[in-house]
Amino acid sequence: MADTAATPHAVELRGVSKRFGDTIAVAELDLGVRSGEFFSMLGPSGSGKTTVLRMIAGFEEVTSGSILLEGEDVTRSAPFDRPVNTVFQDYALFPHMTIAQNVAYGLTVRKTPKAEIRRRVADALEQMRLGHTGDRLPHQLSGGQRQRIALARALILRPRVLLLDEPLGALDKQLREQMQIELKQIQREVGITFIFVTHDQEEALTLSDRIAVFNQGRVEQVGTPREVYEFPQTAFVAGFLGVSNLIAPDLAERLIGESRAFTVRPERVRIAPADMAPAAHETSVLGTISELVYTGPATRYIVEGEHGLRVIAERHNDHAPNDTAPWSRGDRVRVVWATEHAAVVP
Amino acid sequence: MTSTATKPVSALLYRSRRLRLGSLLTLPLVWLVGLYIVSLALLLATAFWRVDPFTSKVTPAFQFDAFEQLLSNQAYLSTSLRTLGIALTVTLLSAAFAIPLGIYMAKIASPWMRGFLAVAITLPLWAGYLVKILAMRVTFTEEGFFNSFFGVLGISGPGFSQPTVVLTLTYLWFPYMALPVYTAIRQIPVNLFDASADLGARGWTTVRTVVMPLLMPALIAGSVFTFSLSLGDYIAAELVGGRTQMIGSIIANNINLNPPVAAAFAFVPVAFVVLYLLGTRRTGALERM
Repeated sequence: MADTAATPHAVELRGVSKRFGDTIAVAELDLGVRSGEFFSMLGPSGSGKTTVLRMIAGFEEVTSGSILLEGEDVTRSAPFDRPVNTVFQDYALFPHMTIAQNVAYGLTVRKTPKAEIRRRVADALEQMRLGHTGDRLPHQLSGGQRQRIALARALILRPRVLLLDEPLGALDKQLREQMQIELKQIQREVGITFIFVTHDQEEALTLSDRIAVFNQGRVEQVGTPREVYEFPQTAFVAGFLGVSNLIAPDLAERLIGESRAFTVRPERVRIAPADMAPAAHETSVLGTISELVYTGPATRYIVEGEHGLRVIAERHNDHAPNDTAPWSRGDRVRVVWATEHAAVVP
Repeated sequence: MTSTATKPVSALLYRSRRLRLGSLLTLPLVWLVGLYIVSLALLLATAFWRVDPFTSKVTPAFQFDAFEQLLSNQAYLSTSLRTLGIALTVTLLSAAFAIPLGIYMAKIASPWMRGFLAVAITLPLWAGYLVKILAMRVTFTEEGFFNSFFGVLGISGPGFSQPTVVLTLTYLWFPYMALPVYTAIRQIPVNLFDASADLGARGWTTVRTVVMPLLMPALIAGSVFTFSLSLGDYIAAELVGGRTQMIGSIIANNINLNPPVAAAFAFVPVAFVVLYLLGTRRTGALERM
């Protein structure tokens, strides 16, 4: 890892493994989360990201390796002894307690003075703009409101690290996008390290300072959203983050004379008439449009090219709304991209 | 339209809401009103009837002599209170066994162990009621299993006494408490346990503040069984109670000699259960469900 900060990491995992019976859920994982950053763990289901989160929280024991919180080894500590709090996927609000009692729970079990509890609960609810809901029960709130209560309940304890386990997964798309913005604002306000588990690549790209991409219990790549999107280090990362054209080494040999796999994003691929000659700095493939996919803001063209190469090109629908797409199915075309826009996959 | 011709009964039922309800409810209503409630009401009505002191003949009347006896006779009063005490103890014991067992079964045990325990709990239900009391009798009799086993250590069993009645009734009614409690614990999302620990609660605090409140409906449902079945029992007292008398014993003794007193006593457990239910309602435990 290219990480050389002098201060200890907010969370550091050293050679952490987790087995469930014969299944290896997490394999020899090294990971450092910097203090104050919004760190996402992104991957498909079963990739080990939630298990890692649960090990940081203390719900799962590690099979081997160690976990450090701000330099202190907490590998064997119980969840109630760790200065981290969790926002659960289904919120896990206590159904028999009012909203105020839910938010107060962590302070109540710590025997905080009543007056202080009342003040801090009121502040926390106010911060979430839910000050009027204190006397209600969780089932009387909407999904988005419950989500914010779960957040308030965890943040009221002022943890060093907040763990979020797919917290937006149960919300519909519009609410989810709104909550993404709020989450980011809250994180900036409170300045707490957020570790965010998600399988939604767009969400991870939108929210994170850095992303760790998980696959089969291993981290494939750690980097800023731009790094993992523009310079995927593995074929898996290229495919998992957005749509990507992955060109295998043997085809690359024919196209650019180098036997190395590379990727090029559909939005960087242009469609040109078949008889147009590409410029010197460009790579091109001849082919036939086999499919058009209209996605609203853009249209995606799937082109079956020479050498059995399939290329996806995306074109912004910046023409007049009534105009149809400039190309149609069966057209003979040339797909073109600037050679330097292709990223080599090591 | 054509269906009227092909399926006249279905068509008629479809058109008439009353017929539909009637065909659904006739049988259960005959059962419920005819046998269940009327027969109980007839027995309870006997409490107000008159017994001829010389011939012991019972004639319909409306008087409160039986209830006066019930309240003035010291032995009757103490038996009522003793029965109440036994029923409450049985209920508390059942709950005290059922809650930890339920937590273990629902959240910790392997599927195999869970199945084994579920069978172990329900197995006694398959054996007859009398068989189980006799099993306790064999265990606690003078030369029984308990004494011969623990006698080596110098411990002698309770013999046939009130504690043995409590143990026997707990043995009899435990499944009725254990099953609803186990089911309720299974329904508590595992995330709530995690969330509680995450927010700083240790195991016991989680049981007290999260598990117990969520269990209240199941505990109340289970306790209605353990409590009312214990109040009404008399065979346990008869067979393993030694000289222990319960309400059931008094009813059994009087049913031929003095039916009004027996009937008046039938009111006592009903009154206790009603008071108990009103008490549970006052706690508000059921309102948030």
